[in-house]
Amino acid sequence: MASAGLALALVALMGASLCLGDYSLNLGQVWQAVFGDGDGAFVVTTLRAPRILTGAFAGACFGLSGAMLQSLARNPLASPDLLGFTQGAGLGAVATIVLVGSGDWVTAGAVGGGLLAAALVGLLSWRGGFRIWRVVLVGIGVGFTFWAGIDLLMTRGDIFEAAAATQWLTGSLNSRLWSHVAVSGIGLAVLGPVALGLGRSLDHLGLGEDTAAGLGVRVGAVRIATAITAVLLAAVAVSACGPVAFVALVAGPLGRRIAGGPGPALGPAALIGAALLVAADLSGRTVVAPMQLPAGLFTALLGAPYLLWLLAIQIRKGTL
Amino acid sequence: MSRLEARDVTLGYGGRTVVEDLSLAVPDGRVTVIIGPNACGKSTLLRALARLLAPSAGAVTLDGKAIARQPTREVARVLGLLPQTPIAPEGIAVADLVARGRSPHQGAFRQWSVADEAAVEAALAATGTADLAGLRVEELSGGQRQRVWIAMALAQDTPLLLLDEPTTFLDLRHQIEVLSLVRRLNRDLGRTVVMVLHDIGLACRYADHLVAMREGQILAMGAPGEVVTSDTIRRVFDLEARVIPDPETGTPLVIPLREG
Repeated sequence: MASAGLALALVALMGASLCLGDYSLNLGQVWQAVFGDGDGAFVVTTLRAPRILTGAFAGACFGLSGAMLQSLARNPLASPDLLGFTQGAGLGAVATIVLVGSGDWVTAGAVGGGLLAAALVGLLSWRGGFRIWRVVLVGIGVGFTFWAGIDLLMTRGDIFEAAAATQWLTGSLNSRLWSHVAVSGIGLAVLGPVALGLGRSLDHLGLGEDTAAGLGVRVGAVRIATAITAVLLAAVAVSACGPVAFVALVAGPLGRRIAGGPGPALGPAALIGAALLVAADLSGRTVVAPMQLPAGLFTALLGAPYLLWLLAIQIRKGTL
Repeated sequence: MSRLEARDVTLGYGGRTVVEDLSLAVPDGRVTVIIGPNACGKSTLLRALARLLAPSAGAVTLDGKAIARQPTREVARVLGLLPQTPIAPEGIAVADLVARGRSPHQGAFRQWSVADEAAVEAALAATGTADLAGLRVEELSGGQRQRVWIAMALAQDTPLLLLDEPTTFLDLRHQIEVLSLVRRLNRDLGRTVVMVLHDIGLACRYADHLVAMREGQILAMGAPGEVVTSDTIRRVFDLEARVIPDPETGTPLVIPLREG
C-alpha cells in the first residue's frame, strides 16, 4: 500500500522533472520527444532522461544501503556516509579517474574503495563484538582519512582529470550520460533483489539475535551478506553520481515511518531514496535558475538538520 | 524416548570452559526444568540445546543427528526458543510479533497461508492474548509481554520448546500465570518443554523432570519428589534446608534453616 503510493509519487516526480527546467516542455511534448522526434528530443533524451534515471537508480541504491545498515545496527546513525563507506568509494573512484581516466573502471574503483573502507572500519572497531558508537566514530575517522586521500590525488592529478573529478565529487547529476544510467540501473537490478531477499532475516534480527536464530535465521551469514550488499549498493551509487550526502541516512527512517510498521521497510526506503535524489536534482536545476546547483547541496540542506535532530534525540534518550 | 540429547558436551565462551563432559537426554512429552546456583552453566546448557552455542567437544543431537549439521531453518521447525532477553521492535503490534513465529514455515515464494493464520490464532488463544492482539507490545505489562513471546514461540508450532528463565522480572502472580501456561502447553498440546528456572520452589511445582546443576556438572536428575532432599539442596546450593511436602501440591517444599 505505502509502496504503491510512493512509487506513484516517484513516477510523477520524474515526469515533472522531465518537463521542467530552463527549457520547459509540457507532457505532450515530452511524449513526442520520446516516441516521435519532436523539438524537445535533445533536451529530453540527451540532457534530462539520463540524469533523472541515474538519480532514481542511484537514489534507490543509497536508500537501500542506508536502510540495511541501520536495520543491521539497530541504530539510525548507521548509514554508509557516516560509516566512511561512501568516502571510501569516493577515493576509489577518484583514484581510478586520475590514474586510468573516467570510464567503465570507475565503478570497479568505487566498489574496491568502498570494500576497503568497510574492511578498515570493521577491523578497527572490532573488540570481541561491535558497539555502534565505536563503529560510527571509527567510520568518521576513516571517512576523513579517505577525504584527505581524495584531496591529495586532486593536487597531484592532471588538471583536466582533476576538474572532471571535482565536478563528480560535488555529488551532482549534471551531464549524466546513458552509461551512468546503465551502471546504476544494472547495479540496482542485481543488488536490489538480494537486498529485498535479506529483508525478512533483517526484520527477525530486530528481535534479538537469539530469537532470530530460533526462527531459523543464519545470523552470521545474514550479517555478512547484508554488510557487503550495503557497501556494494553505496559504491554503485557513488560511481554513478558522486558521494551525495544524507540520502542514505534519511531514506530508511522515512521509509519506516511511511510503511507504518516495524521492520526494515527496504522497499519504501529505496523509493524514498530515489524520490529524494530526483527532487534534489530538480530543485538544483530550477530554484535559482539559470544557475545550476548540485543535487548534493540540497540533500545536505535537508539531511544535516535531520542529523542534528537525531543526535539531540539520542542525547535526550541517554543512548549517546 | 528423547528427540533432543546432549552427548558428552563441553561448552564455553572463548577459552573459558563452563560445562565439561555433560550428557542429558530430554524426555519427550515432559516438562524438564534445569536449576542450579548462578553461573552453574544452566543457561549455557540451554543455549547449546537450542543450537545457539556450538559444543567444543561432544554433540547435541536432534533425532539422533548432530544439531549443528542440520540446517537452521529445519531445526526451527522442530525446536522453538524463548531467549532470556528478546527485543520487541518499537511500535510492533502483538499480532505482528506472534505472526513472526510462522517464519520457519514460509518460503521465499510460499507466503502467508490459512495454516499460518490458524496457528497464530491458536497461539493467541492458548496464551490468553487474543484480546491483546491489536495492542502494541510496549503497552503491555511484564506478564502479558512474556505470554506474547511464548505465543510467538507457540505459533512456530514446534514439538519442542526451550525457555530461558521465562519468569525473570515477573512478580509472583505473573510467574505462576506463565508457568501454568507452560504446563498447559505440555499437558494439552503435548509439547516437550525444557526451561531454566531460578526458583527451586516453582521448579519443584512445575517440573516432571528436574535437572540440578552445579559448576557445569549435573548433580541430580529425576522427578522432583525423588531428587529434592536436604542432601541435594546442600550439595547444589550450599544451603542447609528442610524439605517437606508442599501442603498444596504434595511436591517438595524447600525450607532454608535458621542461621546459627
